[in-house]
Amino acid sequence: MFYREAGDFKTSYQDDGQTFPIKLDRFSYYVILGLAAMVVPFVINDYWASAVLLPFLIYAIAAIGLNILTGYAGQVSLGTGGFMAVGAYSVYKLMTSFPDVSILLHILLAGGITALVGIAFGLPSLRIKGFYLAVATLAAQFFLVWLFNKVPWFYNYSASGQITAPERSVLGWAVTGPAASPAAKYLVCLLFVFLAAWVARNLTRGMIGRKWMAIRDMDIAAEIIGVNPLTAKLSAFGVSSFFVGIAGALLFAVYLGAAEVGEAFGINKSFLVLFMVIIGGLGSIFGSFAGAAFMVLMPVVLKNILVGTLGWPTDLAAHIELMIVGALIIFFLIVEPHGLARLWQLVKEKLRLWPFPH
Amino acid sequence: MKTKLVALTAGAMMAAAPAMADLVVPNLSYRTGAYGAGGTQYADGFNDYFTLLNERDGGIGGEMIQVPECETAYNTEKGVECYESLKAEGLVFNPLSTGITYQLIPKVSVDERVLYTPGYGRTSAKNGQIFDWVFNAPANYWDGASVAIKYLLDENGGDLSGKKIALVYHNSAYGKEPIRTLTDLGEKHGFELIEVPVEAPGQEQKSQWLQIRRDQPDYVLMWGWGVMNQVAVQEAANIRFPMENFIGIWWTGSEIDVEPAGDGSDGYKALTFNGVGTDYPLYEDLQTHVIEPGLASQGGEHVGSAVYSRGMYAAVVIAEAIRNAQEIAGTSAIDATQLREGFETLNMTDERLAEIGLPDFGPAFELSCSNHGGNGKARIQQWDASAQQWNLITDFIEPDNEILQPLIEADSTAYAEENGITPKDC
Repeated sequence: MFYREAGDFKTSYQDDGQTFPIKLDRFSYYVILGLAAMVVPFVINDYWASAVLLPFLIYAIAAIGLNILTGYAGQVSLGTGGFMAVGAYSVYKLMTSFPDVSILLHILLAGGITALVGIAFGLPSLRIKGFYLAVATLAAQFFLVWLFNKVPWFYNYSASGQITAPERSVLGWAVTGPAASPAAKYLVCLLFVFLAAWVARNLTRGMIGRKWMAIRDMDIAAEIIGVNPLTAKLSAFGVSSFFVGIAGALLFAVYLGAAEVGEAFGINKSFLVLFMVIIGGLGSIFGSFAGAAFMVLMPVVLKNILVGTLGWPTDLAAHIELMIVGALIIFFLIVEPHGLARLWQLVKEKLRLWPFPH
Repeated sequence: MKTKLVALTAGAMMAAAPAMADLVVPNLSYRTGAYGAGGTQYADGFNDYFTLLNERDGGIGGEMIQVPECETAYNTEKGVECYESLKAEGLVFNPLSTGITYQLIPKVSVDERVLYTPGYGRTSAKNGQIFDWVFNAPANYWDGASVAIKYLLDENGGDLSGKKIALVYHNSAYGKEPIRTLTDLGEKHGFELIEVPVEAPGQEQKSQWLQIRRDQPDYVLMWGWGVMNQVAVQEAANIRFPMENFIGIWWTGSEIDVEPAGDGSDGYKALTFNGVGTDYPLYEDLQTHVIEPGLASQGGEHVGSAVYSRGMYAAVVIAEAIRNAQEIAGTSAIDATQLREGFETLNMTDERLAEIGLPDFGPAFELSCSNHGGNGKARIQQWDASAQQWNLITDFIEPDNEILQPLIEADSTAYAEENGITPKDC
């Protein structure tokens, strides 16, 4: 009744193969996109931008990146925090070395640099997989954080080892630095999220994505049917790191404004993004968004309910928050091991058959 | 379900920002995580002093002080979220974290809120011509480094040449702060500096202390915080490093840092810019008005501890700045701009401290438009393990401004150039 495809005829393969083949889905996608781009910037304030929307959008990019690697290509990675640090430090060096070049270009270049680093650390994946690969990428995490802490060139020899984003603007609007308006910061992140999701969706349903999935499902069989594991695995590492690098660059330059590598890009970041992917749903672009929303929103909502509304002491609330988020993660994974994306898919299937679901 | 969640979120967020008419001094505290042990005590001291003012005097100048608390867990992202959620009402922010301070420095000058970072944060913020909204009196890390070296000079008859001094530091913005000063001081006085970084949070320090045992430094300085301190003191005791040659910065000098090592920590020294113990007249008022009526933060279990006293000291300075601002502005309901004025013309005299009931508790200092950091005086305290208490063993020592001033100039000018700030003329 609410959600059906009766009367939605497709007369070409192209129609049938589009990302949102059902009219209602397509329609809601355009509505959400329109709202996000044309309405939200006018109503956004500092709190919404910095507590909810910016982290959600930025982590969504990181989750898409990790989902490509872990969800689509089956290569477990714990190096996300380290790769985000590469993005952040690349964009910092680029911003301070070439102040006249557009920040948007710098962010893309930072993604490119991270892709190269990701490919380098992806090389072990040709010989090892599963837990062993996870440990190899964990080494990347620790090595990169150590490197950015150790070599003063990366932080321009500042006394404290912190990096601070100078003000850079797009079309006259400051998007980094303290004077940037929440709307400008939000729109830049939205632009990158839109591009990332669009590119990722189209990569994953094309030839490259099929190769990744073949490797994920059974690498030997994939090799027999003609998938080159070297290019498939390394391209997955490259593309994944590209997105993760962009997320790191945005996290530092647009969202935080200043960062310290051990604190902002430590092992906790790797786990956070991994949780997002697992809760959202492995191998799903929508899942990356759902997972990011869950992990970013849940603590903020709980904090505001427990401290703001119920007036609990902050330390008690912080501990309860950890417990609730942890319990919810376990609950979700027991009820729906394939994550929020699968839950959403089930809801849609039930709605299609409504009022007589079976 | 989705719309319900969205509605709930929206509702919860609206509810989080109640309208407040009083003066609001947010407490960005952390009571969880690797640094929670110290953060809890600091937050208690901060809360209790304002509770005392509200209960005993009806606030400051007739305005009640609200101290909403927000948990940052020492995490910069949460710290920013706390700042954003409280900046509408908050006048002055004291995040007790160098990382969060770095994050907030550019924001406060745009939002026009005061940032008060006593004994931590960005050292060069002492230069008020460039850091208009940031205050870090009475002392900063470079002052601390210099005071420690001056104390060692005194111990060694004014000569440190040929000595080896190791710096054990938290490998973060906070821990790296004193390196530049100590390097310069090393050149001036001819000692060798050995840098020994410890990865955060610092539970694992075996290799660092093995290195210290091998290098045999004459003195060890430490910039640590949270769980790192206890481990370091214990490890130093394990390698039988002479405790009286081990000096920590003020954040490494609390009871919780030395108690786990038992008698092994006897003689350990730390810097401090505030008094210790409860032997001050103010604590009687605190007992009558806050602790006995049961209004103390967390039941008052940490009253009088070193870090509690430091939190209270921060509250004292903020309260004095508010009082000063009220006098200048001629109104009790001051805003952040007026509070900034109050900080900039603050004169903490020994007489005023005695009047508050804290004689000789902190250094006398005077702030000005160009000097936001006071005179940087600090003193040394030593742990007496048998009496389980800290004893102040020196008077306030003045740092070596000949070394510090050029460093502060250089660092703040670099910041101004990077961010296109024109220094204020004063």
